Amino acid sequence: MSDIHAGPAAQPVPIPVRTLAPWLIFGGLMMMLMIYFVGAEEGATSIIKGMYVHEYVHDGRHLLGFPCH
Amino acid sequence: MVGTLLMRGMLVGIVAGLLAFVFAKTFGEPQVNHAIDFESRMEAARGDAPEPELVSREVQSGIGLLTGVIVYSAGMGGLFALVFAYAYGRVGNIGPRALSALLAAAALLAIAIVPDLKYPPNPPSVGDPETIGIRTALFFTMIAISIASLTLSVLLVRRLIPRHGLWNASLGGALLFIVLIAFAQLLLKDINEVPAAFPAVVLWRFRIASLGIQCIMWMTLGFLFGYLVEKTMAPRWLYRPASA
Ligand SMILES: [Zn+2]
Repeated sequence: MSDIHAGPAAQPVPIPVRTLAPWLIFGGLMMMLMIYFVGAEEGATSIIKGMYVHEYVHDGRHLLGFPCH
Repeated sequence: MVGTLLMRGMLVGIVAGLLAFVFAKTFGEPQVNHAIDFESRMEAARGDAPEPELVSREVQSGIGLLTGVIVYSAGMGGLFALVFAYAYGRVGNIGPRALSALLAAAALLAIAIVPDLKYPPNPPSVGDPETIGIRTALFFTMIAISIASLTLSVLLVRRLIPRHGLWNASLGGALLFIVLIAFAQLLLKDINEVPAAFPAVVLWRFRIASLGIQCIMWMTLGFLFGYLVEKTMAPRWLYRPASA
């Protein structure tokens, strides 16, 4: 596997922070929003009215360890 | 390149979510059903009418569970890929496969195991609806403290390595992590809302199933993501030759 790379002393190259920053911010927010909808929407806080999202993902919310009920 | 990593993280997250769903359905759902039976018996004993179902049990335990686990897992996979993109090349001379495995182990510890020790997962009918706000806040506080403590411990290890070597530095980091978590868990408010008559075996099995789901999800993420990155990313993105 490492034989296709530049040799035993090859160093991993970090991705520059300037390239990373927009992804970290927007990607990070989007991912957290997804987790929020499964974990906490219509529980402690609510963006959408009603209880449908909460009830729909209810078993997942409990089994993934989020507080519920 | 970061976009490719993010997409890959989410896709691996979906695969991890599928595996976790099979486990959840097999080992978690029977306990959820026992807990709901307990709730119904309690309601009947109090003479309350059963709560109307907004979503049927069939949907909740099937497509609802699948959706929940996959969305959660894809989200975690994406976050994982972003942390990987930042950490790669910045935490020492480790390749993608090893870094991915280490990060997944760290995530399992900091996001699942440590927070669950203080605020363990609970099946339906355990928990007072009145306290959902404070319970949610405490749960996320515990996750934040746990991630911060692990980060501090890793930074300490890095500082200790030059003088004390990897082994002793790691012991020092582990000690710091345990002390920080012990303090946090002593100081944070205790929550115990398990009804006195709730079957202990159901509670135990439910919590073990929940831990199993997290283990499967993070192991899949850690091993599969690292494997794919190592195999498919162009070497010029991953390594620079020693002479450069
Ligand atoms: Zn619930």
